[in-house]
Amino acid sequence: MTIVYEDHEGQAEGTVPVRRIRFTVNGEKKIAEVEPRLLLAHLIRRGLGLTGTHMGCDTTNCGACTVLVDGRPVKSCTMLAVQADGHEISTVEGLASASELHPLQEGFKEEHGLQCGFCTPGMMMAAKALLAENPDPTEEDVRWALSGNLCRCTGYQNIVKSVLWAAAKLRGAGSESGEA
Amino acid sequence: MYPSRFRYEAPRSLDEAIGLLHDGGDYAKVLAGGQSLVPLMKLRFASPQLVVDINHVPGLAYHRADPDGTLRIGALCRHADLERSSLLRATQPTMASAAPLIADPIVRNRGTLVGSLCHADPQGDWASVVLALGGSVVARGPRGTRTIPLAGFVTGPFENVLDPDEIAVEAVIPAAQGARSGGYLKLERRVGDFATVGVAVAIETSGGSVTRAGIALTGVGGSTIGATEAAQSLIGRPLTAESIETAAELAAQAARPRTDHRGSAEYKRHMVRTFVQRLLSRPGAAPDEAQERAA
Repeated sequence: MTIVYEDHEGQAEGTVPVRRIRFTVNGEKKIAEVEPRLLLAHLIRRGLGLTGTHMGCDTTNCGACTVLVDGRPVKSCTMLAVQADGHEISTVEGLASASELHPLQEGFKEEHGLQCGFCTPGMMMAAKALLAENPDPTEEDVRWALSGNLCRCTGYQNIVKSVLWAAAKLRGAGSESGEA
Repeated sequence: MYPSRFRYEAPRSLDEAIGLLHDGGDYAKVLAGGQSLVPLMKLRFASPQLVVDINHVPGLAYHRADPDGTLRIGALCRHADLERSSLLRATQPTMASAAPLIADPIVRNRGTLVGSLCHADPQGDWASVVLALGGSVVARGPRGTRTIPLAGFVTGPFENVLDPDEIAVEAVIPAAQGARSGGYLKLERRVGDFATVGVAVAIETSGGSVTRAGIALTGVGGSTIGATEAAQSLIGRPLTAESIETAAELAAQAARPRTDHRGSAEYKRHMVRTFVQRLLSRPGAAPDEAQERAA
């Protein structure tokens, strides 16, 4: 993979303190050499080229950079990349399979859950963690789980509908495969 | 935004972490949840030369009750663990009602209670809760272990009494002697914002009378405020409309709010009074009938 270092003018190569980390991204094992101050969001976007994870506020408020670390949503602008060592990271790129959208992505499409789309990856990752824990959430549960993610377009109404749509679809799929 | 450069260490034991801090001098910081430290480092309000990440130290992610009821919360216990805790729901009404109000759900997945106490933000919610419950912080360093009551732990905004080579390993909430009740109420403009006003109330009742009371205030002064006179006024008698009114008034007087973008000083003081009234008037705050019969 591509390794990105901060370019410190006049500094000899090799003096940048770098740590080697091993982690998993969307099921693929990775090794990276990172400067300790590199943020997880930058490792994902620039190091791995997975630009679906967006940087919004850069101040731990907006949740656009939300990814899953070992299944739990985390604001990747507020975690050091070195802290990913030994952990599993899931980003929005891991949702869809080769030819098929994830029910959450389908739900956002069906229910018009996005306008500009900037907050959408963070919304979907937070929603994915919710549905893993609670497959049959109420509208209130969804609003609560997404309360750390800001959207300036939709007024949230359709985002909530999208997540409920996905929950229903996932439950349907679950019971069909269960019966089969 | 990037933090300035620092050396990063991820020790595998507490002793190793303490050794690193001891050698690291004045500007070493402990990283647990990082939900306050990392933003401060990005803004360059904090530029530690050494960051000691304790996330690989085993055995710190607990919260558990001793046989006598003393609650212990380890340095890596996340807010989300406390929010989901059946132990807290059963035994710690003030803590259980505060946990879902800390920051936002995503931040709660990483942030820790002990880290929040150490960070000593005057707007920190947990500090009020732990102060109202008469809790302490246990610190470990090269010279051993000491227990510091929260009232003496925070020395000012963003300052605590820890030595540079000490680590706060757990928070301790003393066991209740009577039936515990109370709660935490937080007025915030939106989820994740700091409290405009926060009030923690923790009382214990026995034989129909209040035997222990703690009231603490968030966001209405330069630091967490323990409304000790208000709490004292409740002790030794049953909760009545009159005693609740007196305590609410004393708590409002203890507040030192300032007018800012979150509201006027007068409004904040009024909300302190209202929140104390509401918390003390909740079902469970008044002596429970079943408890009365048992006594």
